[in-house]
Amino acid sequence: MASTFYNEVLTDHNINPGHKHPLPDANFSLEGVNPSCGDDIVLNLKIEDDIIVDGSYEGAGCAISQASADMMLDLIIGKNIDEALKLRDTFMRMIKESVTEEELETLEEASILQDVSHMPARVKCAVLGWRTLGEIIKK
Amino acid sequence: MTAEDKRILEDFTLLKNDKTIYLDSAATSQKPDSVLKAVEEYYKKNNANPLRGLYDLSVRATDDYENARKKVAGFLGAKSAENIIFTRNATESLNLIAYSYAIGTLKPGDEIVISIMEHHSNLLPWQMAARTTGATLKFVECNENGILTAEDLKNALTENTKIVAITQVSNVFGCENNIKEFAALAHEAGAVFVCDGAQSVPHIPVNVTDLDVDFLAFSGHKMYAPMGIGALYAKYELLEKMQPFMYGGEMIEYVTRESATYAEIPHKFEAGTVNVGGAVGLSAAIDYINKIGFDTIEKRENELSTLGINLLKEIPHVHILGDTNPLNHHGIITFTVDDVHPHDIAAILDSDNVAIRAGHHCAQPLLKYMGVMSTARASFALYNKEDDVRAFAESVSKLRSRMGY
Ligand SMILES: Cc1ncc(COP(=O)(O)O)c(C=O)c1O
Repeated sequence: MASTFYNEVLTDHNINPGHKHPLPDANFSLEGVNPSCGDDIVLNLKIEDDIIVDGSYEGAGCAISQASADMMLDLIIGKNIDEALKLRDTFMRMIKESVTEEELETLEEASILQDVSHMPARVKCAVLGWRTLGEIIKK
Repeated sequence: MTAEDKRILEDFTLLKNDKTIYLDSAATSQKPDSVLKAVEEYYKKNNANPLRGLYDLSVRATDDYENARKKVAGFLGAKSAENIIFTRNATESLNLIAYSYAIGTLKPGDEIVISIMEHHSNLLPWQMAARTTGATLKFVECNENGILTAEDLKNALTENTKIVAITQVSNVFGCENNIKEFAALAHEAGAVFVCDGAQSVPHIPVNVTDLDVDFLAFSGHKMYAPMGIGALYAKYELLEKMQPFMYGGEMIEYVTRESATYAEIPHKFEAGTVNVGGAVGLSAAIDYINKIGFDTIEKRENELSTLGINLLKEIPHVHILGDTNPLNHHGIITFTVDDVHPHDIAAILDSDNVAIRAGHHCAQPLLKYMGVMSTARASFALYNKEDDVRAFAESVSKLRSRMGY
């Protein structure tokens, strides 16, 4: 079961993340913690006129939490707030309930985490970045 | 598989039929058929509400329950069955001490001393007791190999120390603390000694009279018994001073509108309908352990720990926590792998059907002290085979390459 998502996409995002670095000109930063895994990330966003113009994350954690945050940033950078929230909603439903094929496609690489829904212990890892995104936007 | 492996595996239907290589016995053990059968027989033949029924069937249920209590007392070397209170698990036993003993006796300025390697179940009740009474909670630290010396403990004790609570075997390091010596030191300082036996009672002979502990808590489910039954051993003089833990039926003698007198020890501490089926299962688990013998159990667990540690030591980037001596592991190997998060370790091992635990093992202050966020833990029991340990090590050796390193 686990082998279905421990694939190259995931290990590559974990080892060679595109967005794991400080972001000095970020105007929003928030820490997200998942005590069960000890995952601890800080999500940085630079938001201008409702558009997420840049973003990054820092911190440490399991491969699922790190790769998921990285794939999320691939998706949301360049999107406006509403689009980002819609993706977040789709991702959450993919993990917790179910989504249609078309919805799944909008998540691009992040869709590889679909099978996490069968592993309650890992759901928190997969949603950590997305949950933190939601909290930033709410503020 | 050796002939002996086969014989033992015959006793465990789940392991015989399931693909899982089960290396999480420190979390809970599998149950032999003899235990399952004893529980089933109780419900098929003797089930009734015990202790208050006035008919033969209830008397039989009562006998089953009280015989189980005698069995536990004998197993632990307690003076009498009255020293044994049935609970749900070690956690409930430790809470019982905190609520019924600690809260009634501690005063502001008193000290509770525990070790840094305690499971949350032997930490949070003491935090609560300290908060409630104004007492102080103090920690004794171990060295980087998990060794806690009598000297360390001695330095932490003062005339204000009233309770010392320490685990016999650590659920993270697998190491054994010298409880007999620790209890003597506590007594010298005028404190009572609480022993967390959750990880020792399943693996080594434990004699409460010889150790001279005041309290000992353990869980049945880690020692081949069903979930939902555990016990607390306590010295009688202490039980006499203690208030009830919970209030309700079965623990009373006489009740008026405003007040009640309580039943005798130990029933005073067992409110509500008790878990006879669980107690019968625990009794059968003790029979099973006695049949196999602790000599055999310890020998096997030591062989498996030794093999596991030797195999892991050969794998680059693997770090083992605890004593360098495999004989001080009691079937527990906690480890980390560079750059691979323990939850990823467990998930990848699972794809090879190897079941291990990963996370903070309910010992967050300890892991913080050791400077790790979380770890992976394999733990062995009587029914594990050398093949299981080899499959585990094989899977660990491939972890980093499977994670893209
Ligand atoms: C050392 C130790 N103490 C206490 C406990 C708590 O046991 P239970 O959850 O059965 O109450 C455990 C269980 O993991 C343990 O390992």
